[in-house]
Amino acid sequence: MSSMLEVNNLGISFGGLRAVNEFSMTVEKGELYGLIGPNGAGKTTVFNLLTGVYRPDTGKVVLDGKDITGMRTAAVSRAGIARTFQNIRLFGKMPVLDNVKAGLHNHYGYSTPAGILRLPSYRKQEKRMDEKAMELLKVFDLEKDAEKTAGGLPYGKQRRLEIARALATEPKLLLLDEPAAGMNPKETQELMDMIRFVRKEFDMTILLIEHDMRLVSGICERLTVLNFGEILAQGSTQEVLTHPEVITAYLGE
Amino acid sequence: MSFLSYLLNGISLGSVYAIIALGYTMVYGIAKMLNFAHGDVIMVGAYVAFTAIMSAGFSSLPAVLLAILVCTVLGVVIETIAYRPLLEASSSLAVLITAIGVSYFLQNVVLLIFGANPKSFQSVVHFKGISLAGGALTISGETIVTILCGILVMVVLTTFIGHTKQGQAMLAVSEDKGAAQLMGINVNGTIALTFAIGSGLAAIAGVLLCSCYPVLTPYTGSMPGIKAFTAAVFGGIGSIPGAFLGGLILGVIEILAKAYISSQLSDAIVFAVLIIVLLVKPTGLLGKKTREKV
Amino acid sequence: MKKKKLRVNLLTYGIVTAAFIVMQSLAVTGSLSSLMKGLLVPICVYIVLAVSLNLVVGISGELSLGHAGFMCVGAFSGAFFSKCMQDTITSGGLRLFLAMLVGALVAAFFGLIIGIPVLRLRGDYLAIVTLAFGEIIKNVINVIYIGVDGDGFHFSMKDQFSLGMAPDGKVLINGAQGITGTPKDATFLAGFILILVTLFIVLNLIDSRDGRAIMAIRDSRIAAESIGINVTRYKLMCFTISAALAGAAGTLYAHNLATLTASKFNFNTSILVLVFVVLGGMGNILGSVIAATVLTVLPEMLRFLNNYRMLIYSIILIAMMIYNWSPQVLEWRERHFGRLLRRDRKEAE
Repeated sequence: MSSMLEVNNLGISFGGLRAVNEFSMTVEKGELYGLIGPNGAGKTTVFNLLTGVYRPDTGKVVLDGKDITGMRTAAVSRAGIARTFQNIRLFGKMPVLDNVKAGLHNHYGYSTPAGILRLPSYRKQEKRMDEKAMELLKVFDLEKDAEKTAGGLPYGKQRRLEIARALATEPKLLLLDEPAAGMNPKETQELMDMIRFVRKEFDMTILLIEHDMRLVSGICERLTVLNFGEILAQGSTQEVLTHPEVITAYLGE
Repeated sequence: MSFLSYLLNGISLGSVYAIIALGYTMVYGIAKMLNFAHGDVIMVGAYVAFTAIMSAGFSSLPAVLLAILVCTVLGVVIETIAYRPLLEASSSLAVLITAIGVSYFLQNVVLLIFGANPKSFQSVVHFKGISLAGGALTISGETIVTILCGILVMVVLTTFIGHTKQGQAMLAVSEDKGAAQLMGINVNGTIALTFAIGSGLAAIAGVLLCSCYPVLTPYTGSMPGIKAFTAAVFGGIGSIPGAFLGGLILGVIEILAKAYISSQLSDAIVFAVLIIVLLVKPTGLLGKKTREKV
Repeated sequence: MKKKKLRVNLLTYGIVTAAFIVMQSLAVTGSLSSLMKGLLVPICVYIVLAVSLNLVVGISGELSLGHAGFMCVGAFSGAFFSKCMQDTITSGGLRLFLAMLVGALVAAFFGLIIGIPVLRLRGDYLAIVTLAFGEIIKNVINVIYIGVDGDGFHFSMKDQFSLGMAPDGKVLINGAQGITGTPKDATFLAGFILILVTLFIVLNLIDSRDGRAIMAIRDSRIAAESIGINVTRYKLMCFTISAALAGAAGTLYAHNLATLTASKFNFNTSILVLVFVVLGGMGNILGSVIAATVLTVLPEMLRFLNNYRMLIYSIILIAMMIYNWSPQVLEWRERHFGRLLRRDRKEAE
């Protein structure tokens, strides 16, 4: 059985700055993997490289046996990677339900004329999309907010909606960019439960970036530590968190 | 020789565009707004100079100075009353439409005062041109003065921005308004100053434009305004050398296209060149490339 | 939300239909002034233009300053079609319908070929390029001469004498003088039907999978890409549909005029339509309909003000923008009227 994600020797420079260098990692199917490191270490850049926001200068990304290196963002999504953003990016002026339905875009289709002329395929598919989207909203306890405008939701709900939207694309791999940012300990605890639940319920492989050590050590099986764009340590959570260089990097921050 | 003379005319027209474009680009850089009323400030400047010379018997220089003064004040008034309330609005379209409202306003005030009949503008340049190569190439006084003014404006403006406190403040505000405020820069004052300078330049451009093309109507400013805006985008909007370069190139292209291709299609050619440049370099010739943060 | 949307859509169709019935019966019974009668078709034209521009500006969030260009292309291709078919198709209604189809298709084609390179640009750069295209279209049509004689069509970009036609030849498009003698096929009924078709297309498109994709791109391009939405495709779709509708409106406009010249479709026309969209509310289709109507009728009603008319219009425009958009004014309004408004809203619910 192949791994879910294999990254080999990934690198990119901005101007003269080497933002990510010789980055390699393997995420197994069903694994919950953490990518950690101090601010500016290049974690989000790695996400942007994986999802085609940036094109890597070097290296290769293979998703479930398929080479997706250098693909455009939309194609990467169709290949099976979904993500959330560090600074939440919802479709703020659209209703919550429509945010999730937008996520279903590539799985439930009808032609443009069918949509304009309200043909039977429109009605049938819209109904299925409504049901599927409501199902997802229920999982994230957002069904009561379905008709509210997404931009008006409180912070915690926005984070959850972003995950729901990502899952609507039926990904193989879910990337979470600092899901606990800005949350209090109670909310963080709930989020951890939810991530575990998503993983079980959707049989999902998850790669997450996180600052919150409690969250990382609580749920991740393996970690990669990034510092100044380079891998500092890699291995099981226990090993990595006791690694002397990692401790220095964090305490020295 | 005729090519050389076209080229000089082009550079002269380009200098006018450059002076207008400088105003556009400074305002855009600092307020992030497309000031569609800028062209009409040019027209107001020309009318002020026209009135001062024809009715009040001013000589050229005082008339020009008066035009600059009036336009500077006008620029600040427009900014304070019409634009400032909207600079923080949730949509940048709000201030754009307001600028169009201001443009209509200026045109119609002038229309009410002076009527729709074109006025024939008397050139403010009083010396005859020079004749070179035994009369094969004559350069008019207006052309020389316009080109010199263009260079002078560019030099003075660059020095001002590079070497004075206010100039540095402008750069800071255009870079990051919030940070500039925290640094103790008077943001509103700086924006007003930018409008003042831009509008003063517009007055100079108005007088020069009407000295070269002496027909003055309330709508005289709109097309040069749009073209100068094009020039600013062409050079990379927000960039001062870019506006200057863009203005010059645009003027030269326009005159050469008129001379060698078709006078009716010269505008289309100018706009086509703009489109091609933007497609190759989406932020203009000297524009800064920005990477969107994800 | 679903029900509310449906209600607003029905309200939009209802208001338009009611207004049509009232105006049409007034016109038939002769109780409408000739001024108002003359405005009926232009109102329809501007409503269609405003709704179609709203699709680009309000729904897809891209600023276009060249909408008049598409109207121009549609007007000329539609009028050209009608001039050619004047003797072949004798039914005015059918001829107009086919002409509008031609106008829409040609404008859509232009929307597509302009959109492909241009929609890569963002924000103000896109705005200036659409402005540039609008001006180019106007300029180029200004120098086009087409005539027809026994040998077929003749084309020139110089003047009508360069067409080299036989003496019996007929000039169809005469450069800056444009097209004269287009059959006056435009009727209020035709305008009304065009509005209904436009509303049907735009409202249904917004409330469909494609509409969601377009609005998703507007709200966050990066997030839309991240869920697999093809940004270029949907921007292009939006731009092309909008251009097609503007083209159809242009054709209707052309069939209401004795002389059609390209100079009518200048930057100011594009801006006029943009003002309708912004004052009516971006993304608010009913708002566009109302704003286009009011702002077309009002200046005509204010004709008695003579030269002061446009001055007053400009002052109102500036004041409206500040009243509706200034953060300080909005805050002030919330403080003084907020409670009142909230109570109204509660009662309404």
